[in-house]
Amino acid sequence: MDVFLQQCLNAISLGGIYALLALGLAVVFSIVSLINFAHGELMTLAGYAIYAALLFAMPLPVALGAGVIAAALAAMAIERVAFRPMRRADATSLLITSFAVSVILRVLFQNGISARPKPVALPPELSGVVTFGPVHLSVIALASIAITILSLAALSLFLTRTTMGRAMRAAAEDFQVLRLMGIRANRVIAVAFAISGALAGVSAALWIAQRGSVDPLMGFVPVLKAFIAAVIGGLGSLPGAVAGGFALGIAEVLFQAFLPPEALPFRDAFVLSLVVAVLIWRPDGLIPAKTGRRS
Amino acid sequence: MTPTSSAPFLTVTDLSVRYGAVEAVHGLSLEVERGSITVLLGANGAGKSSTLAALTGIAPAKGGLQFDGLSLTGMMPEEIVRHGIALCPEGRRVFPSLSVADNLHLGGAAHVKGDALAARIEAELDRFPILRERFHQRAGLLSGGEQQMLAIARALMSAPRLLLLDEPSLGLAPKVVDQVFDLVLSLRDQGITILLVEQNAERALDIANRGYVLQSGRLVLSGSGAELAGSDLIRQAYLAG
Repeated sequence: MDVFLQQCLNAISLGGIYALLALGLAVVFSIVSLINFAHGELMTLAGYAIYAALLFAMPLPVALGAGVIAAALAAMAIERVAFRPMRRADATSLLITSFAVSVILRVLFQNGISARPKPVALPPELSGVVTFGPVHLSVIALASIAITILSLAALSLFLTRTTMGRAMRAAAEDFQVLRLMGIRANRVIAVAFAISGALAGVSAALWIAQRGSVDPLMGFVPVLKAFIAAVIGGLGSLPGAVAGGFALGIAEVLFQAFLPPEALPFRDAFVLSLVVAVLIWRPDGLIPAKTGRRS
Repeated sequence: MTPTSSAPFLTVTDLSVRYGAVEAVHGLSLEVERGSITVLLGANGAGKSSTLAALTGIAPAKGGLQFDGLSLTGMMPEEIVRHGIALCPEGRRVFPSLSVADNLHLGGAAHVKGDALAARIEAELDRFPILRERFHQRAGLLSGGEQQMLAIARALMSAPRLLLLDEPSLGLAPKVVDQVFDLVLSLRDQGITILLVEQNAERALDIANRGYVLQSGRLVLSGSGAELAGSDLIRQAYLAG
């Protein structure tokens, strides 16, 4: 019972990280049709910001906040420097630009900081266990799920209650008409990148909490998974990104836990077969994006 | 706001709109008088929508665009609407997954905030009672006529002095078409200058103070509504029978 519950918690907490990352990709994609391959580096950058803040003996919540803010600012800076000049370019050029940004940041991390992992010392109470009667659950998994839920709730409130949030949803459907209403395109795009970066920052905090170190390639694998999650959810669809993230995380952990030992090395093959099956069943993803572009 | 000068409200001089190799509008000049209804007629692809796109800054334009003493050439769409020109685009283009409330909110949010914004939404709901009934529904679930009302209401949220309407009666039931034309008249009576693009030439000329006819991006005919309605070209091309 304990093991099963704990595995379920792990599944949801990993799924939550994928969901937040996929959401960050989807927020940008829905508005500027750019698949930002530098998203993983934003996550890594947030990791280094958390590491640096802890080095300066800042309390953990402050350090995590610093990571989120650093990634949000970096995302806005990347948009301003790399993507805005390419605004009128086609999707392929944007894609290649994002690869370039990704490689540049990774080289900066490797040569400017270190190619080797930097340990991030977390307070011991985080690695503990909470006991509910007969059940023991890890604090990190519970905290991670709570932070994921809070982030999703905050984003949802932002998207439905604020003018900028409404504008972002409208921009995903018909950006030109939104500009005709007088809402500044540059501001909407900048905020989309900031939110995407902040989500990468939150994911970095959760990822580090489970692994205890940060290295230049930290963001690569989780963001690769998030791409898969965004695609099975329906590229550009925000609810789809969340659904896809949780589905992928849960599938990974459950295969990991319940595959027979001789099949374990092929876990990713099982997970990806499931992904293929989902895409055959629903080629546009679980919850397809609604683009209001004219027919 | 009474007309204080005899200068036209909107003056378009030698306007050209080019998309890559295609020139959609060629050397167009026209004038819109303050407080009038002006109609742009022409077949599909004659350059009517491109003219409106140039006026709102969403198409690259060459030539003079003078609006109430201000040059619009080279301005961004976000700026132009702040100076009082709103476009209700062809095909309505409401934000389908957003509610009626959110669509109206976005129409006014760049111009007024808080209570003033709420008051403008309230005024549009009084003008279009059907939108009050549909207030919390997704715009995409509305009927074509309701979406057209929403699109016009959303454009009016910016309290424009010049309203550009692109094919507002397209694809609507005859009863709803009547409503749209009645609405255009009542907006003009409230002091909003109207530039209307219509395929329903008969109805449009009936309410127009002045009309312009485009063919392949060039101006071929202009005159008062009555003059145009009586012209041979218009009778043959648009008023069959």
